[in-house]
Amino acid sequence: MPFGLLKYGISNDYPFEKEADLPLPTELKRQYDVVIIGGGGHGVATAYYLAKYHGITNVAVLEKGYLGGGNTARNTAVIRSNYLTPEGVKFYSESVKLYENLSNEFDFNIMYSQRGQLTLAHTDATVRAFRQRAEVNKHFGGGTELIDPRDVAELVPTLNLNPANLPVLAGLWHKDGATARHDAVAWGYARGATQCGVELHQVTEVTDVLVSNGRVTGVKTTRGDVNAGVVIQAVAGHSALMAQKAGFPLPLVAYPLQAMVTLPVKPFLTPLVSSSALHCYVQQTSRGEMVIGGGSDPYPLYNSRASLPLKEGLISSAVEMFPFLSEMRLLRQWAGITDMTSDYSPIMGLSPVENYYIDAGWGTWGFKATPICGKTMAELVASGGKVPELIQPFELARFDRFKQVNEMGATAASH
Amino acid sequence: MKIMTCPLNGPRNISEFVYGGQVKAMPDHQNVSDTDWAHHVFYEKNDVGIVLEWWMHSPSSFWFIAERHNATDEIIRTYPADQLFKQRVDFVANEGES
Ligand SMILES: Cc1cc2nc3c(=O)[nH]c(=O)nc-3n(C[C@H](O)[C@H](O)[C@H](O)COP(=O)(O)OP(=O)(O)OC[C@H]3O[C@@H](n4cnc5c(N)ncnc54)[C@H](O)[C@@H]3O)c2cc1C
Repeated sequence: MPFGLLKYGISNDYPFEKEADLPLPTELKRQYDVVIIGGGGHGVATAYYLAKYHGITNVAVLEKGYLGGGNTARNTAVIRSNYLTPEGVKFYSESVKLYENLSNEFDFNIMYSQRGQLTLAHTDATVRAFRQRAEVNKHFGGGTELIDPRDVAELVPTLNLNPANLPVLAGLWHKDGATARHDAVAWGYARGATQCGVELHQVTEVTDVLVSNGRVTGVKTTRGDVNAGVVIQAVAGHSALMAQKAGFPLPLVAYPLQAMVTLPVKPFLTPLVSSSALHCYVQQTSRGEMVIGGGSDPYPLYNSRASLPLKEGLISSAVEMFPFLSEMRLLRQWAGITDMTSDYSPIMGLSPVENYYIDAGWGTWGFKATPICGKTMAELVASGGKVPELIQPFELARFDRFKQVNEMGATAASH
Repeated sequence: MKIMTCPLNGPRNISEFVYGGQVKAMPDHQNVSDTDWAHHVFYEKNDVGIVLEWWMHSPSSFWFIAERHNATDEIIRTYPADQLFKQRVDFVANEGES
């Protein structure tokens, strides 16, 4: 052991005066160029790209709870781009690329770990859908291929190849699939943004949106009114309620999504594994815990309560996939409120209110999109409302024109 | 166990029921604009409070209406659909359309 370390071990002095990661709270100003509602990953990422790449720093992020305490803290951190539509694949691939370099960009370790993601097919119809997804992905440069059960067994020797009497017929192997530490993503963006002068105001709830002559002028908060040139909402499960305050509806339904994690064990599972028929996915965190997630609750609810029937269903599927999990102990279980669109794609860009932009409809799949959402939403603001090409397919108006971007098959079983 | 009362079968475990969406007034399908129809199909009321919903008891395929609080999950009451819907809607394709 180096003597330096021993010296500090017995001394009362901390080796160096470390700067606080986030500045101390300040007074809320009466005027900002940009106000971002919601201090989740999407909100702080937007602030980061605005400040760092567009020089727009008179920005406030208003968060009713604490930084990243919403779905950013609750998600199971699956990062992948093996979607079905060309629009989706292009968009999510850009996000994966940004993730790959994020630790360097922040000079802060987000523990990005590219272990590959495997989705299992148990019916011929799913095998056909997977083949299509693999081809679309390859076309856009992604690493996705269809593999047979022998390869599945080789990749995941501990997997039961006949879970619940549903034999594994094939696997969609996405070698770009990854995971990361979700809190670190929010912290990295928040730290970078505040270093450039952005203000993050936690425990500050937006209670109303001020609109005059069809144009947003500011927001009402629990700490007083704030004027703003541009307002962006990025509030996940509360998106439709927030849009209503701005005066327009969103085609969203709020469903709880539940997940859980076991006590840690030695590493045995590298890829993220998901079963399309059992609606269940299992992965091991870098700390060794087993994360278990699955489909949404069976009916809508604005409440992040967890329920026993759903937990029982998830656990029985997970035990079918990895029978020895029945010996494990649960550490935590929780739920988040997700804002679901009917086509399982987000709603991004302009709204009926001028200078009021939306980043919503992120449902059960928005963590992986955090970097690209921040980047494109910042471009939208910086260009004065010119919608970046990558997010044009996700405009709100698509619902009026029946131009949905259907990602249901590529989303429902693994987020 | 969460219990829902089926108007036909009485109190049952909620796992026997399937949610069928909010009850919405349907616009006249013969004379509605595409945008209004899209709104009817894709938009629901998004307040927090008591909502009117379609539910089905799957073993008996019986559809009915429930009043439920969408934040507390309290089921206020359930009743057969004919209490709200008195008239049958017949869909007829317009002449000349295929
Ligand atoms: C159990 C679960 C598992 C998931 N798994 C995955 C996954 O594996 N992969 C994936 O890509 N996605 C996953 N998701 C989805 C993902 O978590 C979300 O889509 C994503 O985190 C959304 O980020 P956000 O920053 O928009 O929202 P959030 O992190 O929820 O941030 C929104 C913030 O807005 C704040 N807010 C709300 N109302 C107000 C107000 N009035 N005033 C001020 N602030 C307000 C909230 O407090 C919250 O902090 C999962 C979600 C859940 C619940």
